Amino acid sequence: MGLIGKIRDAGRVAEPAPPQPEQGLPAAGLGGSVQVRHVDAGSCNGCEIEVGQAFGPTYDAERHGVRLVASPRHADVLTVTGPVTVNMAGPLRATYEAMPRPGLVVAVGDCARDCGVFAGGYGVLGPVSDVVPVDVQVPGCPPEPAAIVAALRGVSGR
Amino acid sequence: MIAWITAVAQAVLVAAVAPLLIGFMRAVRARLEGRAGGRLVQPWRDLRKLLRKEPIIPADAGMIFTAAPLVLMATSVLVAAAAPYLSTGGPLSGVADLIVVVGLLLLGTVALALAGLDTGTAFGGMGASREMTIAALVEPTLLLAVFALSTRVGSTDLGAIVAAGAADPAAVFTPASALAAAALAIATLAEAGRLPVDNPATHLELTMVHEAMVLEYAGRDLALVEWASAMRLTILLGLLANLFIPWGVASSPHPAALAVGAAVFVVKLAVLGGLLAAGEVFVAKLRLFRVPELLAGSFVLGLLAVVASAVLA
Repeated sequence: MGLIGKIRDAGRVAEPAPPQPEQGLPAAGLGGSVQVRHVDAGSCNGCEIEVGQAFGPTYDAERHGVRLVASPRHADVLTVTGPVTVNMAGPLRATYEAMPRPGLVVAVGDCARDCGVFAGGYGVLGPVSDVVPVDVQVPGCPPEPAAIVAALRGVSGR
Repeated sequence: MIAWITAVAQAVLVAAVAPLLIGFMRAVRARLEGRAGGRLVQPWRDLRKLLRKEPIIPADAGMIFTAAPLVLMATSVLVAAAAPYLSTGGPLSGVADLIVVVGLLLLGTVALALAGLDTGTAFGGMGASREMTIAALVEPTLLLAVFALSTRVGSTDLGAIVAAGAADPAAVFTPASALAAAALAIATLAEAGRLPVDNPATHLELTMVHEAMVLEYAGRDLALVEWASAMRLTILLGLLANLFIPWGVASSPHPAALAVGAAVFVVKLAVLGGLLAAGEVFVAKLRLFRVPELLAGSFVLGLLAVVASAVLA
């Protein structure tokens, strides 16, 4: 039995969760439930791989009550990666405005914070904070999945 | 009076258990995928948070968009109260029969499909069109599968069917019942939007059916839609359980019998939900144009069940 055998051999892949982070946003009032909408505003996709890992089996952000959703209307948190390009500034703003309040923005990666290596590029408008208000920043190029999970746990409070 | 209290208790139980069932199914799936998974009460946390958030009504949406979550929730609560889950003697027996239950479920489906159209977005309309295609193929199967059981009892009243099954369990295990169970199981998967008909965890708009219709809902409205959808899954799995595994359903309004009925009902739901979640790990979503083939197959199973129950009885 192929798949059953693999499920048995793999067992539990998830690594033990680190202790709950100290910093939190009590004002968010989300009570251990965070729905995340992800926007790539012009990233090189390095950060996307790490965000994907954060929701994969090893880091498993879902055990902390964090879930990716398909619509900004369902989301509490917007994760944004990459420097905001000229073409993505409008869609990013529209996505932020489509979220119900209170909505938080997490800027993931160095590019989202200060444009990183893309600073000064002809297609780059600026960092994420120039377009939408940023509540949490995750440094790194790219940031480790564990750092992304820790930032999202800080928002969810779990 | 006691029958009404039982009906209310039933509705409250289904409403309370439905999000836990979703949490349990997610946990089973996470375990099989090697993940740790969320807590059992996570869907309840999600609902609590959504109920506190503001609903957003899109600029182009009208009254139907606002009314659909309430209609969906109301039909779910009504079915949860009327169908025989804890006790076979409901307050509406004689009225709340199979056709009413299927009709109420369809009313909820249609309300949500209209809401999907009402948003005026491409994905909402696409989801609504797909949902109606599936619903048109599923509802006859739902009716037909239970008709196969009702010929034995001589009534379409669900309470009477379950009571007859509980009184004489040997009569439940017939070839006709097996066919009807298979047909109803497939219809349940399609109606509740589970794999292989619809993927409840999809993020790709082009593959969505149910999700595509609710993309525009936010806050309180979204909480109602998600809660009612979880209740519909519970309602359908509960019907499947009580029609084909009729043990434990209270036939008298005695509180102890009702408590046992509630416990057995939760266990049956957990077993069916666990099987469904485990099965979903092994299948992929069917291509949309293959779905009618699956549903036509389930309709044929239902038809064979009716024929078998008429010929072999």
